[in-house]
Amino acid sequence: MALLDIRQRTGWLFMAVVVGHILLISTQVATRRGVPVVEALTFGVFAEVQRTTTSGIGSVRDVWQNYFALQQTRQENQQLRTEVAQLRVGLQQERALAEQSRMLQKLLDMKMETPLKTTAAYVIAGAASPDFRTATIDKGTRDGLKPDMAVISPAGVVGRIILPTSRAAKIQLLIDRDAAAGAVTERGRAQGVVVGTGTSLRFDHVSGTADIKVGDRVATSGIEGIYPKGFEIGHIESIERRAGEFSVIIIRPTVEFSSLEAVLVVLTESNLAAPAADDRSDDEGR
Amino acid sequence: MRTAGVLIAIGLALALQTTLARFVVGGTTAIDLVLVTVVYIALTKGPVSGMLAGSLAGLIQDQLSTGVLGIGGLAKSIVGFVVGAIGQQFIISAALPRFVTFIGATAAYQALFMGLYVVLGLRSFPSPWKAIATQALGNAVVGMIAFTIIEALPGVIERRRIGRRSRH
Repeated sequence: MALLDIRQRTGWLFMAVVVGHILLISTQVATRRGVPVVEALTFGVFAEVQRTTTSGIGSVRDVWQNYFALQQTRQENQQLRTEVAQLRVGLQQERALAEQSRMLQKLLDMKMETPLKTTAAYVIAGAASPDFRTATIDKGTRDGLKPDMAVISPAGVVGRIILPTSRAAKIQLLIDRDAAAGAVTERGRAQGVVVGTGTSLRFDHVSGTADIKVGDRVATSGIEGIYPKGFEIGHIESIERRAGEFSVIIIRPTVEFSSLEAVLVVLTESNLAAPAADDRSDDEGR
Repeated sequence: MRTAGVLIAIGLALALQTTLARFVVGGTTAIDLVLVTVVYIALTKGPVSGMLAGSLAGLIQDQLSTGVLGIGGLAKSIVGFVVGAIGQQFIISAALPRFVTFIGATAAYQALFMGLYVVLGLRSFPSPWKAIATQALGNAVVGMIAFTIIEALPGVIERRRIGRRSRH
């Protein structure tokens, strides 16, 4: 192909871009964790773009629901239809509010039940690339968030903070391929490590002789010092036994990661020991 | 003007990817709107634009994700360049060749992306075929819809303008 001819300007440009990327990758592979300042800066700036986009989409939806839809019905039967449409919109808003209240009530119940110091946050964006399972929440360092803080929801463990900026933070979801957590089955107390597969979870390093069966609940063991002990991760969905070896165990997460809206961030840092209940007084959760 | 258009398209794709794509089919179907945009730019603007758009978009995606900075950028640069070069060598204006191009570009991107991670020993991808096939199909459908809308838009506007003039 003539375009790939290195003697041409395009060819040189292509080579320069490829070599540039390879050099960039090489520096990170050597140091493992890349360039945090640039990463933090880019993430911080883009979090604002995500916040604005989310807010813009909400406004467009509001304009559509509250103006164009009503305008169309007004043409058919202006007075009656407008009234019905307004009632419907009102009902939808009430339903949305009720649903939101239920969700927040669940979070509040959880906050009251857990002795950990937590703060509530809303999910404002998903992952920039489908190959990684991350999410962006609307709280950051000014709310006390720090890297490696656990993120939970009433359904179970969500993930951990990996990059907090002042007004937003990036969460690595537990189902991300690079995520892992120490875990234990509630019935047989079989210990292992839960790792993400991109869409679900795998329970690794479990002895082939361990007492486990399909349907067993799996919870955090707290052994890695990030996730608080005893929070639900999921249920064992399938087990592939190998004699004398580890079993291939698939876990169905209890958290519905595709519809996360609000979460709780555990403000206690790594190696947490559950603090006293009265430590919760300065919580800023919604 | 052309550069600004490309930048806006990438920015829009990234914003939509992070805000809308997670809701598509329960958030499990991995449609890469940024890759769709890169392929579109490559097919319409040529290999250099495709490569630079792929490089920029991939690097931003890498930054916003948890992966190694540059792997997505390199994979998307190569895909952008090759798709642009193929677009210049062959006529890819009919629906089927475009569909095949999106499928091929997604497969190539995933092969490069996953291959680099595996070669560097950073990640493993046990049985990724279903995920790749789903993403390839999703990207192709979204790409075809995007092409149809963008190509039909000037004609629709023109017809409305003529219709308005004839009424006056």
